Amino acid sequence: MRYLPLTPDDRDAMLARIGVASVDDLFSDVPEEARLTGTIRDLPDHASEMAVERHMQKLANKNLVAGSVPFFLGAGAYRHHVPSSVDHLIQRGEFLTAYTPYQPEIAQGTLQVLFEFQTQVARLFGCDVANASMYDGSTACWEAITMAGRITRRKKALLSNGLHPHYVSVANSMARFTGDDVISSAPELSAKTDIADLIDMIDAETSCVVVQYPDILGRMEDLTALAAKAQEAGALLVAVVTEPVALGAVKSPGEMGADIVVGEGQSLGVGLQFGGPYVGLFACKQKYVRQMPGRLCGETVDAEGKRGFVLTLSTREQHIRREKATSNICTNSGLCALAFSIHMTLLGEKGLRDLAQLNHAKAVKAAQQLAQIDGVSVVNDSFFNEFTVILPVDAREAVRELADRSILGGVSLGRLYPNESELSHALLITVTETCTDADVDALVSALREVLS
Amino acid sequence: MSMNNQGRPTRSEDIETGCAPATFTGNRALILEEKLIFESGSTDRTGIDFPAAPDAPSKLGGLERSVEIGLPGLSESETVRHYTRLSRQNYGIDLGFFPLGSCTMKHNPRLNEKMARLPGFADIHPLQPQQTVQGAYQVIDELADWLKTLTGMPAVAMSPKAGAHGELCGVLAIRSALEARGDAREVILVPESAHGTNPATAAFAGYKVEDIPATKEGRVDLDALIARLGPDVAGVMITNPNTCGLFERDMKKISDAVHEAGGFVYCDGANFNAIVGKVRPGDLGVDAMHINLHKTFSTPHGGGGPGSGPVVFSEALAPFAPLPFVEGQGGEYRLVEEENAEEHHASSFGRMVAFHGQMGMFTRALTYMLSHGADGLRQVSEDAVLNANYILRSLEDVLDAPFAPSGPCMHEALFSDKGFADGFTTLDIAKGLIDEGFHPMTMYFPLVVHGAMLIEPTETESKDAIDEFVGALRHVVAAAKSGDANLKAAPHHAPRRRLDETMAARKPVLVYKDSETAA
Repeated sequence: MRYLPLTPDDRDAMLARIGVASVDDLFSDVPEEARLTGTIRDLPDHASEMAVERHMQKLANKNLVAGSVPFFLGAGAYRHHVPSSVDHLIQRGEFLTAYTPYQPEIAQGTLQVLFEFQTQVARLFGCDVANASMYDGSTACWEAITMAGRITRRKKALLSNGLHPHYVSVANSMARFTGDDVISSAPELSAKTDIADLIDMIDAETSCVVVQYPDILGRMEDLTALAAKAQEAGALLVAVVTEPVALGAVKSPGEMGADIVVGEGQSLGVGLQFGGPYVGLFACKQKYVRQMPGRLCGETVDAEGKRGFVLTLSTREQHIRREKATSNICTNSGLCALAFSIHMTLLGEKGLRDLAQLNHAKAVKAAQQLAQIDGVSVVNDSFFNEFTVILPVDAREAVRELADRSILGGVSLGRLYPNESELSHALLITVTETCTDADVDALVSALREVLS
Repeated sequence: MSMNNQGRPTRSEDIETGCAPATFTGNRALILEEKLIFESGSTDRTGIDFPAAPDAPSKLGGLERSVEIGLPGLSESETVRHYTRLSRQNYGIDLGFFPLGSCTMKHNPRLNEKMARLPGFADIHPLQPQQTVQGAYQVIDELADWLKTLTGMPAVAMSPKAGAHGELCGVLAIRSALEARGDAREVILVPESAHGTNPATAAFAGYKVEDIPATKEGRVDLDALIARLGPDVAGVMITNPNTCGLFERDMKKISDAVHEAGGFVYCDGANFNAIVGKVRPGDLGVDAMHINLHKTFSTPHGGGGPGSGPVVFSEALAPFAPLPFVEGQGGEYRLVEEENAEEHHASSFGRMVAFHGQMGMFTRALTYMLSHGADGLRQVSEDAVLNANYILRSLEDVLDAPFAPSGPCMHEALFSDKGFADGFTTLDIAKGLIDEGFHPMTMYFPLVVHGAMLIEPTETESKDAIDEFVGALRHVVAAAKSGDANLKAAPHHAPRRRLDETMAARKPVLVYKDSETAA
């Protein structure tokens, strides 16, 4: 077996040193009746690389590859071009096969990357500090809600109806157990977000207001007034960014006063990967740093006075604080954070702005074309690279029919909000730099066919 | 001096050896100092070319960015060099022996990486129409099947993102099951030797945490546990094999007693590598257990994730498992999510993550399982346990091994710091090992042993590699016993000397500040 170096002679010599006759003697603490002997039901024996590859390729072939067709899906997972060097670099064994950097003298590579990553995320979000990553955007969002609860000692979180429904679902599922009061509802198909309503709903019990920017329908509004109102009432503003590329074009939530900004970093470096692994981004104001969840990398010096980096403020964490920790998170999303950081370094400020501009312009043009189809209207006044259209038919049906024509035409709101019949005709369409003019033309003409 | 005919010295007999002088650059040959991107890059430099954006009006709602973000860029050539240089300051499994106890740092097969990158897996969107991702659902279903079969459990939730997230999944299912029968309980019992994530998880799920004491043999004290059970105890969280590297012989009795008292048994499956193919947790009465795909099933640790922590469930807890999951019938697969949960999975406690879990880890783990097969996985646990016992017996004459007299260990060997010279600690052993070219073992965990050193070799190490490690460790231990001042100052040869963690925590510097804006 190709991954196992011990030879039969090695095993014999080792058993002799240990002083037992067989390997089974080493399992003597396992009660006889619990030991498995003989073959394991229904599972195949070992296989060659070639055979395994054949099987996996067969399964892969059953999927319609996003890059092989006109593709317009988003809703929290975005398809961007990832430069070749990103995947090359993250596969260096020193990054790929390292552990969490508990021995900093031989983990300066990972640690410096995390320090750079934290700085990139903090600057992008307009915050003072950021952590070394969370699992994904949805779990980062829930952690932000619990953090706001710790800071304000209040239990009521107001979720904007423009927050991704999976994120809402995670918060609702968790809140049932923690005793938090999560207020949420489904969005309305309007050009306006619910910011004005949220402002009215803030009261003395509110721990935080959670608002997505751009929101699930792609809309954006200034958060400044909402931040001010929340803070006036002793609550925090938590902003959620599921498409960080947007921040190359628009103001960051931190600039508009958000106290905690979390996000999904998948857009940069990571790829679609059918939903995971992704990378949760988590940033906040300096004054809240000791309430943050997750790992933090900090700068220090070594015994010779040279600059170096270590994991720090670990008294917040589970391995020290146990049941009093700020979160139970341990393993986070290190390698995806590395991919994000490399992609961001390749872009730089100029590249990010160019990329954002390209996304926005393509999306605006596509929206104009789609609006010219009979019976189709665009909901948004404002958007970045994702917008909502209303179709004259059930959007789930339209998506299936487009897929039959080998076009992945968007995400139907019916898929995201199965119980909201008034959203069933709405379709979310994302246009990134990977969509060509021909792709958009194909979508427009296929949609005309489907609707005719 | 020997020279060739161009006057070039061909032998080194005249070179003075001894203390290395400092270099002008601070570099030491292959160990290269590397600036931060904020010091070397600039906001107008980029490593990516884009086509010009088409003309289109702005629809940004008046929110156009007006201030600079401050993101430095590098060209592609500089970027490749930056990260390559940084990578060389890291220790990884690819470089050498990495015996971190409880972390299962085994070889990460490269076939796994190749398979995860097939466009049919890597380039598909989680919300694509179900008819276009049948192969992805099949991967999830096949992996689920392996996990259920290997653990002897009837159900599995695939979405948890890592071990601690899996623990949360299991504990929330326990709470849901109790609530469903109108039985509010408040306490989760956790052994003193547990991973820190166990009590943190139980607290996160709203439970009070109480410790269960250990016996002198390093196992759960069955009598003390039984004495504590009662109508307020929701369940126990037990690691088996435990963090002392020992199999909990009384696991079945523990489970029976907990069930008898109306509670549930959560098993922390971090150490499943010791028993995969040898023991099925389902046969020991376990109700829920997470499996770290990044430990037992070889997906890479990546310098701190991503992980993946599917949770297997007993019949009693299966109805409460989170959404979504994949259901297969007649070669057709579909996702059970919010839309159809009502009819198929009405008791589910809800959703733990956006989308469906760590697909990229599923493809890697399934590739690994198919490679090893059922026979190979059993060999995995046998070799892992053999390697650990070999280490235990090769070191017990020089290191205190508190539980060695009671019998064999499982996949990891535990030692204490007893017998070191005054002022010498486990930390010194770790730093000494770094100089010898090894990654240290887990230090100061589990908490039940003073100055704990937990060594987990895994099955992918050869006898030669282990012999080398044992030789080096014996040497370092001798230095700690004799009070060698050089050891106290180790590491001497790593990219950095010991780092000042107190200073880092006292005045945290978590982001780079440009010198003109630095406080």
